[in-house]
Parts: sequence; structure tokens; C-alpha cells
Amino acid sequence: MPAVLISGLVKRYGKVRALDGLDLTVRTGEVHGFLGPNGSGKTTTLRVLLGLLRADAGRAVLLDGDPYRNAVELHRRLAYVPGDVVLWPTLSGGEAIDLLGRLRGGLDQRRKAALLERFALDPTRKGRTYSTGNRQKVALIAALASDVELLMLDEPTSGLDPLMEAVFRETVREERAAGRTVLLSSHILSEVEALCDRVTIIRDGRAVEAGTLAELRHLTRTSISAELDRVPGDLARLEGVHDLTADGSRVRFHIDTEHLDKALKLLTESGVRGLTCRPPTLEELFLRHYEAGR
Amino acid sequence: MTGTMTLTRLALRRDRVPVLAWIAVISVLVVAGASAIAELYPQAAQRLALGVTVGSTPALQALTGPVFDPTSVGGLTAWRVTTMASVLAALMSILIVTRHTRAEEEAGRAELVGACPVGRHAMPAAAVLMAAGANLLTGVLIALGLAGQGLPGAGALAFGAAVSGAGWTFTGVAIVAGQLTAHARTANAIAVATLGAAFLLRALGDAARIETLSWLSPLGWAQRVRAFAGERWWVVALFAASGLVLVAVAALLARRRDLGAGFVAPRPGPREAAAWLRSPVALAWRLQRGTLLGWTVAFAVVGTLFGVLAHSVGDVVRDNPQLADLLSRMGGGADAMTDTFLAAELGVLGLVAGGYAVQATLRLHGEESAIRADPVLATAVPRRRWAAGHLGIALAGSAAVLAVAGLAAGLGHGIVIGDPAGQVLRLLGAALVQVPATWALAGIAMLLFGLLPRLTGLAWAALITFALLGQLGELLRLEDWIQGLSPFAHVPPALTGPVDPAPLLGLGAVTTALALAGLLAFQRRDLRGN
Ligand SMILES: Nc1ncnc2c1ncn2[C@@H]1O[C@H](COP(=O)(O)OP(=O)(O)OP(=O)(O)O)[C@@H](O)[C@H]1O
Ligand SMILES: [Mg+2]
Repeated sequence: MPAVLISGLVKRYGKVRALDGLDLTVRTGEVHGFLGPNGSGKTTTLRVLLGLLRADAGRAVLLDGDPYRNAVELHRRLAYVPGDVVLWPTLSGGEAIDLLGRLRGGLDQRRKAALLERFALDPTRKGRTYSTGNRQKVALIAALASDVELLMLDEPTSGLDPLMEAVFRETVREERAAGRTVLLSSHILSEVEALCDRVTIIRDGRAVEAGTLAELRHLTRTSISAELDRVPGDLARLEGVHDLTADGSRVRFHIDTEHLDKALKLLTESGVRGLTCRPPTLEELFLRHYEAGR
Repeated sequence: MTGTMTLTRLALRRDRVPVLAWIAVISVLVVAGASAIAELYPQAAQRLALGVTVGSTPALQALTGPVFDPTSVGGLTAWRVTTMASVLAALMSILIVTRHTRAEEEAGRAELVGACPVGRHAMPAAAVLMAAGANLLTGVLIALGLAGQGLPGAGALAFGAAVSGAGWTFTGVAIVAGQLTAHARTANAIAVATLGAAFLLRALGDAARIETLSWLSPLGWAQRVRAFAGERWWVVALFAASGLVLVAVAALLARRRDLGAGFVAPRPGPREAAAWLRSPVALAWRLQRGTLLGWTVAFAVVGTLFGVLAHSVGDVVRDNPQLADLLSRMGGGADAMTDTFLAAELGVLGLVAGGYAVQATLRLHGEESAIRADPVLATAVPRRRWAAGHLGIALAGSAAVLAVAGLAAGLGHGIVIGDPAGQVLRLLGAALVQVPATWALAGIAMLLFGLLPRLTGLAWAALITFALLGQLGELLRLEDWIQGLSPFAHVPPALTGPVDPAPLLGLGAVTTALALAGLLAFQRRDLRGN
């Protein structure tokens, strides 16, 4: 049974359909990237999984339980880092970490001390006096110091500096090695590439793509730039060729990965003198999904 | 000041409905009061009789103020509703100002605005403008309404000026309060506490006939404008000047601090949470204990003052054998007068404790709106336990502040008359009978929070409505069932004989039903996000 299984989930806010038939599967033990443009429904999904919102239709199973009805039992087994961390102005960071850990059913003091050290957080500051990144660290430490099966992280590093981002990646890798499942919503593609086993891309409340990064790459385009003896006239008509430009004997184009073979054949028949072939960058991959349908 | 006008328009756009409601309530109240007095006491002789009764009842004067001209409808109207209308105008001003200054800073929206080409004083200036406008409109409507009732124009104008003047002075109080602390809640608390102190000074001054005390209070000034009783226009200048001075002080303070910061720099806190901080109730206590302590101290001070002064209220009778004779034939006397005074003051404290109950319950709403509820409810805390934590503080806290007030009053009064033990018991009882009525307000707030989280402000409207029903229900000759809508109408008398427990149990049952319905509704609804 996967850690998270969502199918056909619908959540409406008045007329807005924030989730519109979402499917999402997070397998136990994996780090799952959850990506999508602003307002696509990532936070809404996490809040439904936490039982803070009730879905209007569809099915959501979390750690074999019902996120709404079994909320309390399930919450002992998971930890959440909200996208917007707001702390109590009169409580120190250390108090907030202890409190949230205890409310979840206890936290490991040694682990907490180690995390405070690694994230270089001063736990004596009061809530409001923390910077954005330090507030996020408070929530991260509170979540990571608990012994849970599932971590739900909503853009946990949006305020962290590169050094802390590295610490974060290290800790997530350790969590994964310890057998924990991580659902990570993020806009930082390098982070997703570095950490995630599989990703789901969501747009307008619907999953538009899901799979490993290798699988997703396969579905997209390779960019080719070639120096030829002569430019073949039927290149433009070849299936899967996009954005073709010819400049003298030099051609550039994008090709859908499944038609790569045919295009290369055509090129070699035209006398290849130089060839660069670049796999799609993650940015290109995501931009295509984010922009499609705009 | 660049951008003040744009910000004022923004504030109006956000809040025109509640502000217009405030203005309408205040002005309708005044005009209805005048028309009720005209109807009830059509003859000058009747009015004079009322005036004399009032003059000899310090308890009434503590609530409303002195009568300057008992012969005219206008004079009696001024006596009866000036304080009430001024308190409401002051509350309106405080809420407007805090909402559009400190609350905006706290929510971080002020930074968005502050980064735009607007002057650094534009935001407070817009709030002041809006409050001033609201007060002006209130004053104009009152003047027009009273003149429309056929009352003399000069008096009507003076009455309107007194009410809007009080509102204006408290606009200044609120804007200064907003500079002193980083939290909107604390800013409101400081300003409302100042209003409470002003009420208290005036009440003591008027009940014990110490003019200086009354003159220290802007609410005392409002009566001393003497609308319909030989208007003293220069008092209006006191309002104008005090408001201006306070606004200037706030501007000076604002220049010395950063956006979002208060005057007291936050100190570091503990590295670890105390061992007891491990449940939602403990968290609610940790978050609310400071506020509760403030309320408790205030109630202790006020209770002591009332207790110590209560006996001297009876002196009016003791010094006047004819009046004593008259009153004793009506079944009263100096001691009965002291008791009515104490009962009336404890009644006011009961209403104020109702305010505490509403505020403490609505902490739930504050935590939810600030998205501090999400992280707690994402742990193994059931929603009902989280909500019950804050509700529990509200219920226990309102009982505690009333008990403290009763104890303090009993001790003060008891020491003065040489019977501390007896008076402590008596007045503690008289304070505690109010508890179930304040709980009903907590129940209303809880129901709104669960069912209509966007409209939790209605809990405050309910409190004000109950206060008005209690103060004006008789005068306006409202039907019994309408007056009975207020839980405070069911508080049994406790100083004159044994307490009837039935209404207390009834109020307890109503509270339980309201709170349970609120908890159930809260468990079923979506948590509001950002
Ligand atoms: N409380 C609410 N009331 C009304 N609409 C809402 C509410 N919360 C979210 N929405 C809408 O639901 C949609 C999904 O929002 P959500 O916060 O889940 O997006 P997101 O993917 O987390 O975006 P981001 O990347 O910006 O964090 C948006 O269109 C948003 O406007
Ligand atoms: Mg989000």
C-alpha cells in the first residue's frame, strides 16, 4: 500500500475548483516531488491530506487511513512543514519546537540538538524576531526531530540560503535512508532533481505528469544543432520537429524524443560535419508543462 | 503624507459596512433615548421628580453622570445617554484606528504599502481621518436627529459635539497605544483600558461628588459640555486639543521606531519549553495568561475602589434626614443605597467580564487567521481539544476576574464598615452570580467561531446589544421578551436575599448548548488558510 493514494480528488472554494480530479501516489520509502505553478493546488492537497480541509469528491488514503476521520492517529505518524511558517510571538523558537514535537507525541532531544547545530539556529529568539528563513528552520527542526513515517514539506526551503539548502538536502537523504517517506512540494528544480525519486506535476488542480525524472525526460524534446553539407528540404516536414531554424549550412531544432532516431538518420544522410545534441534541462521540461494550456 | 487619500479610500472600501453600522447604532440610540424621555415624562413636574430621584441616587449617577437640567427633555436625555453614546463612539474610534494601523503592520500588509510611494505617516493619517470622519458624521446625525425631535438647536449641536469629541479624543488614545506595542491586541487592550479608567474616574467622581475626578476623564467632559443646560462650548475645545496633542505624540513616537516594531524590544526566551507546556490547554494558557493577568489586576483595582467608596455613597442620605425619611418610607435607606450602588457597579463589571469572555474565546479565531492553528492541528491534537483549551480559559478566566472583583470589593467595603468577612462573602456571591451570563457570551462567540468564522465580530455586537438592552430597555419600554434576550437580564439579585438558582442553571444550559454546537460545527468545517 502506498503512503499516499489520491484519486479523483476535488476541492472547491466557492466557484474556484482548486483541485479538479487530482491523482497522486506516493510510494512508501520514496522522496516524492510535488511540483506545479503558483495556485495549482499543492498546498490545498497537503491541507486535505492533513484533514484541515474536507474534500468535495474523490478518494484520499494516507498511511492506510482516512485523512479526515483518522486525523489524530495519522498525525502521530507524520510531520508537516507549512509553506507559510507563522510562530507565536511570545514563544521562543526552542519552545515552539518542543511544543509541536510533544503535541505530536514526543521528540528526540538528541536529534533536536543535532539539528539545531546543523541548521545553526538560535532557539532563544522570540517568534516574530526570526527572519523568514529562520522561521522555516524552526518548523523544519520541529518536523525532522520527530520519529515519524511520513514528512509532508510545503516549499520548505523557499527562504533558506544555499548553505542551509545543502544541509536540508543532506537531512532529507538521511531521512530517506532511514526508510521515511517524504512528500516535498517545491519550486526549486535543482532540489527536486537532487532529492526526488519520482515527481508529480500538477496544473489547475490536476496531475499532468507523474513518474521518475528519467521517464519524464523521455517524454520531452531534445535540442539539436548540426553543421551539414547540405540542408535537407524535408527536415521541416519530419514528424516531431519543432522550432526549426536554418542559417546557411547550420540547422537548429527541437525534436520529440520518440522521433529522435528518424531525425538522426536524415541528418547523417545529409553529411554531418558537426553535431551537438542536448537532453532537455529540467527547466525546459517543467516550463513546457507549466505553460501548456495557457 | 503622500498617499493618505488613497489609503483612506482603501480603508473605507474594506470597512464601510461595520463603520456605518456603528454610526447608525450610536445616533439612533441617542435619538430614541430622547424620544422615549419625551414620551415617558411629558410634564415638567414629572421630569423634575425624576431629576430629584436621580440626584439622590449616586448609583445611577455612577453609571450615567449628573443631571444638569432636570426640567427639560433635552437635559434628561443628556444625562441618560451622553456617557453611553460617548463610550460607544470611543470604542468605534479605537477599533477603527487599531485595525488600520497596528493590525496592518502586524499582518505585514503595511510593508507592502510602505514600500510604495506613500509617506511614512500616510497609514496612521488615513486611520485618523477615517475615525475622525466617522465621529463627525455621528455628531452631525445626532445633532440633526435631536433637532428633528424638536429639541433646541444649540443643545442638539452641543450633544453631537460632545459625542464626536469623546470619539476624537479616543482616536488619539488609540493611535498612541498603537505606537507603544507591536501587537494589535495589546494596542486595543491599552486603549480600551484607558477608556475603562476614564469611565471609572467619572463614575467615582460623579457618585462621590468629587468634581476634580470627573474633570480628569474625557467621558466627564462629555457631560460637562452641558448640552441643553447652558452649553459650555469651551469644553469642546478640550476634546479637539487633547486629540490633536495625542496624534502629535503618536507621530513623534512613530518617528523613533521601525515599521512593525514596538517600543519594548523583545527579550530572548528559553531554549526549551517548560515541562508543563505539552498540551493544547497548556498552550492556550501560555498564550493567554498575560492578558488574563492584566484583566485580573484591573478588576482587583476597580473592585477595591468601588468597595471602598460604596459606603460614602450612602452618606448623601445620612447627611440629609429628610431624604433618609423619604427613602425609608419607600423601603430603603443609606444601606440600601450602598447596596444598589454595589449591585449596579458589579453589573457593569459583569458586562466587562463578558467582554473578556468574548475576547478570550475569539483567540481561537485569531490563531486560525494567523495560520498558527494549522501546525498545531497537524499534530496529534484533535480539533475539539484545541478549541476547548481556549474556551476553557475564557470560562475559567471570566469567573476568576469576577471573583477577584467581588473579593476586592467585599474586602474594601468590609474594612470601611468593619465587617470584612461578612462583606467578602456577600459581594463575592453578588459577583459570581454574573458568571453564567458572561459564559453565555463565550458560548455565543464559540458558536460563531464554529459556524460562521467570518462573522465572529457579531459576538461583540451581541455584547453591546446586551449592554444597551440592560441600560435602555426600561427607558425604551421594550417588551419583556426583548429585554430577556440579554443573559444579564436573568442574573438574580444577590445582595437582598437568597439567590434563585434556576436562572443560573438555565444560563449554564444555554452556554453548554451554544458551545457544543460551536465545537461540533468547528469539527466539520474547513480550516481557513491564508
Ligand atoms: N481559502 C481559500 N479560498 C479561496 N480560494 C483559495 C483558498 N485557498 C486557496 N485557494 C485557491 O485555490 C487554488 C490553489 O491554491 P494552493 O494554495 O493550493 O496553490 P499552490 O499550488 O500551493 O500555489 P503556490 O505555489 O503559490 O504555493 C488557487 O487558485 C487559490 O487561489
Ligand atoms: Mg502553496
